[in-house]
Amino acid sequence: MEIVYVYTKKRNEFGRQCNFSDRSAELHVDILPDPSLAVNFIERDPCDVPIQCTQEMSEHEVNTERFESDTRGINHVEGGWPKDVNPHEMEQTIRFRKKVEKDENYISTVMQLGNNMEHCIKQNNAIDIYREYFEEEEVVEESEVQPSAKTINVFRDPNEVKRTASSLSWHPDGSRKLAVAYSSLEFQKVSKDMSLNSYIWDIENPNKPEMTLKPVSPLVCLEYNPKDCHILVGGSYNGQIAYWDTRKGSQPVEMSTIEHSHRDPVYRVIWLQSKTGTDTFSASTDGQVLWWDIRKMSEPTERLILDPNKKGNLDNALGAISLEFETTMPTKFMVGTEQGLVVSCNRKAKTPAEKIVCMYSGHHGPIYALQRNPFFPKNFLTVADWTARIWSEDIKESSIMWTKYHTAYLSDGSWSPVRPSVFFTIKMDGTLDVWDFLFKQNDPTLSVKVCDEALNSLRVQDNGHFLACGSQLGTVTLLEISSGLCTLQKNEKALATAMFERETKREKILEARHREMRLKERSRSEQSKEEDTKEGDGEESPEELITRIEKDFYEIVEAELKKRDKGEEKKAIIELPLESDI
Amino acid sequence: MAEVEETLKRIQTHEGVIGTIVVNAEGIPIRTTLDNSTTVQYAGLLHQLTMKARSTVRDIDPQNDLTFLRIRSKKHEIMVAPDKEYMLIVIQNPSE
Repeated sequence: MEIVYVYTKKRNEFGRQCNFSDRSAELHVDILPDPSLAVNFIERDPCDVPIQCTQEMSEHEVNTERFESDTRGINHVEGGWPKDVNPHEMEQTIRFRKKVEKDENYISTVMQLGNNMEHCIKQNNAIDIYREYFEEEEVVEESEVQPSAKTINVFRDPNEVKRTASSLSWHPDGSRKLAVAYSSLEFQKVSKDMSLNSYIWDIENPNKPEMTLKPVSPLVCLEYNPKDCHILVGGSYNGQIAYWDTRKGSQPVEMSTIEHSHRDPVYRVIWLQSKTGTDTFSASTDGQVLWWDIRKMSEPTERLILDPNKKGNLDNALGAISLEFETTMPTKFMVGTEQGLVVSCNRKAKTPAEKIVCMYSGHHGPIYALQRNPFFPKNFLTVADWTARIWSEDIKESSIMWTKYHTAYLSDGSWSPVRPSVFFTIKMDGTLDVWDFLFKQNDPTLSVKVCDEALNSLRVQDNGHFLACGSQLGTVTLLEISSGLCTLQKNEKALATAMFERETKREKILEARHREMRLKERSRSEQSKEEDTKEGDGEESPEELITRIEKDFYEIVEAELKKRDKGEEKKAIIELPLESDI
Repeated sequence: MAEVEETLKRIQTHEGVIGTIVVNAEGIPIRTTLDNSTTVQYAGLLHQLTMKARSTVRDIDPQNDLTFLRIRSKKHEIMVAPDKEYMLIVIQNPSE
């Protein structure tokens, strides 16, 4: 039974002052005890009642309301005219002015003020009172300012259901805006009320995004066109590519057709250097790298399948997670795969087999970030599993430098655009690490805990001073790096060059040595093969391989055990003489 | 009358002077060498600022009074000579 009391008020009475009046108590409902209902209940005996003898305390939280600010302008209009003068009538205003000018008071005042004013004007013209008299010397470098990173602004996902900020892109002109792609990358965690929108934020206004982008499927990656600051291209979760023009609204201008797009989420899309400025290429875990011209999105212009056997077989293909393209080397590009290999490719090759030039292995997990050093394009940074590694293009066997293994997974990384030896990495425990390889190689120079949840994406602004990182709950934090980490130190380029060369040489020597050892091994095993009876030539089938390995393993174990037994026997033998001595 | 003209013209021809405005106590521009919208803006804003400056000076010392107000900005210098009924505003580009 519902206890309801209905208040009615006429519409024309809204807004009126409330007049309260006293009323005596009225009994609305009286429920009498009904013993027959007791049959439905059992008496509970014993009852557990917890008692605690402590001070009663209560916790309160207060959060002020969000301060929404808006920018307005004021337009000044003429006023102050006496009642009889209409400010729009030229005649009346002129007449008024002439009248005032005839006034005695006016004349004497203006004369006097004029004198004062002239004095000051002449003063201004005679001496520049703000001139620097002592030329200041070069500012002495601040002594050992501790490197620090300060959070400037935090942009939160306005929707109820939080999604990961999977990709960030700065506006190419002056970096006043930041485009963030939101999607949920966890398998099957997509809920029905999850919004599909991605936003463009103005960094001064963290309360409300400046613009919304409405794709058909959530965007996993998003990039501004470096040539045209109004165009953005995005790769979505269902494999389609779409592009937006911010002047034309929130809907994509054009989308690629589903049949010709990727079969898996598009993890990275990059703009290419071309005369028209409309070429992009995209990579996805379905093993394909597709080239598009945004004017014609119905079909990709080119297609590359990342088959390590170079046969173009989609089943063998490695899934691509990151792409790298440097505008100074337009024919080469690199792809980071889910399997931990970096594939270096040449765009201009004639056959698909020649497109894949070489592969670099060394990581244990998917390569989330891949970037060439902006100052030394031969060296590139890869971020995967628990380490970040620096590679040299010439050394294919291993990386030339690497960080130690961390406790948390690294999810993204980037070089600093202003300092050749500084790079940033972010981890799944929410920390941002700034590494300065010239200063310290074992530990990050600066480690900042940005938030409690995992960080997923990182983008440094072009001036190297600011960076934005996006987290799993859609919070994008804008940080300012202390000036020590973003100003080029003297000699830095030379020192960095020396360091890279030194490490590259070291790896080359190691590689040469490995090759020698392998050659020796091979020649030795070939010799032993000739001595033994002919074994099965060519490759053994997997089962034979397994049995052979098992046999070897057991032989080794047996040998070891025998050695140990012999050792014990020897000990026993040694002990006997001792006893006999006694 | 002619002296007023002469004075104002002399001020205007000094080196670096961009504009001259004479405003009355109600904020109505009596004489100006700039265009109307700029004049109205300067007149309105500087009138209020001058009043505020004057009240500040008098609050600190009631015997004191504001004689001249100079505002230097990056681009130019605004000089205001206030009086009881009228105000003379000159915008000048200083020697640099």
